[in-house]
Amino acid sequence: MEAANMPAIAEKPIKRKFWSPRKKEAIIGWLFLAPEVIGMLLMNVFALGFSLYLSFSEWDLLSGISGVKFIGLDNYIKLTEDPTIVKALLNNLLYTVLTVPLPIALALVLAVLLHRNTFFKDYFKVAFFIPYISSIIAVAAVWSALFHPSLGPINQLLMDLGIGTPPKWLVDPKTSLLAVAIISSWAALGYTIIIYMAGLTNISDELYEAAEIDGATALQKFFRITIPMLRPTTFFLFVTMLIGSFKVFDIIAFLTQGGPNNSSTVLVFRIYEEGFKYYNMGYASAISWLLFAVIGIVTALTWKLQKDDV
Amino acid sequence: MAHIRNNISKWVTTIIMGALSIVFLVPLIWMLSSAFKFEKDVMRFPIQWIPDKINVIYNFKAVWMGRVPFTDFYLNSFKVSIITTLITLVISSMAAYALTKLRFRGRNMVFLALLSFMIIPDQATLIPRFMLIRWFGLYDTHAAIILTSMFSIYFTFLLRQFMNGINDEFIEAARMDGAGYVRIFASIMVPLCKPVLATVAIIKFIWTWNDYQNPLIFLLSRELYTIPLGMTLFRDDYTNNYAIMMMAALSAIVPLVIVFIALQRQVINGIALGGVKG
Repeated sequence: MEAANMPAIAEKPIKRKFWSPRKKEAIIGWLFLAPEVIGMLLMNVFALGFSLYLSFSEWDLLSGISGVKFIGLDNYIKLTEDPTIVKALLNNLLYTVLTVPLPIALALVLAVLLHRNTFFKDYFKVAFFIPYISSIIAVAAVWSALFHPSLGPINQLLMDLGIGTPPKWLVDPKTSLLAVAIISSWAALGYTIIIYMAGLTNISDELYEAAEIDGATALQKFFRITIPMLRPTTFFLFVTMLIGSFKVFDIIAFLTQGGPNNSSTVLVFRIYEEGFKYYNMGYASAISWLLFAVIGIVTALTWKLQKDDV
Repeated sequence: MAHIRNNISKWVTTIIMGALSIVFLVPLIWMLSSAFKFEKDVMRFPIQWIPDKINVIYNFKAVWMGRVPFTDFYLNSFKVSIITTLITLVISSMAAYALTKLRFRGRNMVFLALLSFMIIPDQATLIPRFMLIRWFGLYDTHAAIILTSMFSIYFTFLLRQFMNGINDEFIEAARMDGAGYVRIFASIMVPLCKPVLATVAIIKFIWTWNDYQNPLIFLLSRELYTIPLGMTLFRDDYTNNYAIMMMAALSAIVPLVIVFIALQRQVINGIALGGVKG
């Protein structure tokens, strides 16, 4: 900022243009920013404000904007009394527990093995990454066949292995969320591995060489050097995947529609159901704000944990 | 000696990881093999990985020339993904240029505002975005998907990061030659940013191609469907016809896998860049 002021002062006495160079730069700057800023005002600021307003209203969409009826806190009171919302929240939490810690640990081990100890690194990167770039819907279609309760290869294999009554996976309330979690963890594993491998290239070889001279074993190096040095990467992945897990929607909308019996419903799916199936725009907006609040709280908590730890 | 031992251990891990990677890819291998089979052989157990009776032409025809218009989905996906990607490139690189190379009051404020918007989950603004699209009269058009997916703070930041690293001397030199801001942007910044622009383009293309949520909400007419949405039609139309389903899934995945394998470094580095720098 100071640097910008200097030439302007120096040039002042020479000649007066309609726009001073500084002003011109500002105008051009705002013009270049305009599309992004307008988009953000529309899609974020206006959108949040409007959804906040709607969350205190009752509106069925079809009656037009004049049909918006202010009802105060009713939607939020309804939230606390709605068993499917409680179920969705619990499912979101369970889904997070299933899809965050275990895949991170698995990806860490695989990334370390791939980074130092294998040939054909590029092949492995591609192989593990293909599911991540594939359409999750196409991938889900494949897994829905694999998970077929009576004919699917997974259950045929389980029966072959002597399990008489294998789980019915996607159509069983007890396992539907687990099946969804397995599919999305499988699809996301490549991303986690790639991020870890990028993190590993930033660790200097000297650390390992020094440790080797001191006679450290492979396991010691892993726990004393690799894991601590990867902390920022792990934290990044943890936060990203945590937030991502609360946004899960596509795969549930495609595979289970939240069922059977709401056993796999989640907050975003409830927003979709209320808003686009029943046209309860007000109530759907209230659920949106609940989702926003939950993600905000979870993010704040992880940041605080990270800070306290350092 | 140590060197040889090291090499052996490296081969052992390579073989173990190789086996693991194949197990990992089994669902996709199964998809590929089923797409070639007769329906009655798909669910046969033990699995016949290389089918002895092949029905691939029938399956292919059912997907591409059958009653669910897969060719339309393809064209729609291409159209929406390419237009969205191009517009995102323009909007994001313009914003990144202003945020890095132009100095004016309010610049930092905009930067902080964009940063804070990043925490707003898309899903929380689903309802108002849907309303905006209806008010603009864009419901059930491709423009609805393009308009709602073309703004990307994430890519603006990725480009900003890269442009920050571009030496100001280039710009000063051009200014001495009398180049204006727009000229500098178009003939210096954009060419210098080519590698990162390519990365952004590929990743944005993949994301738009795979997007399910926006088409689901904004599209009504079958003939406008993109591939992921089209997959739902296949599922409903060919219930329990898994050979055709797998051919459809294969068709949806293959173009991206080819693009990805051809440009793997760019895709992987791009994803890693976003991850490491946050």
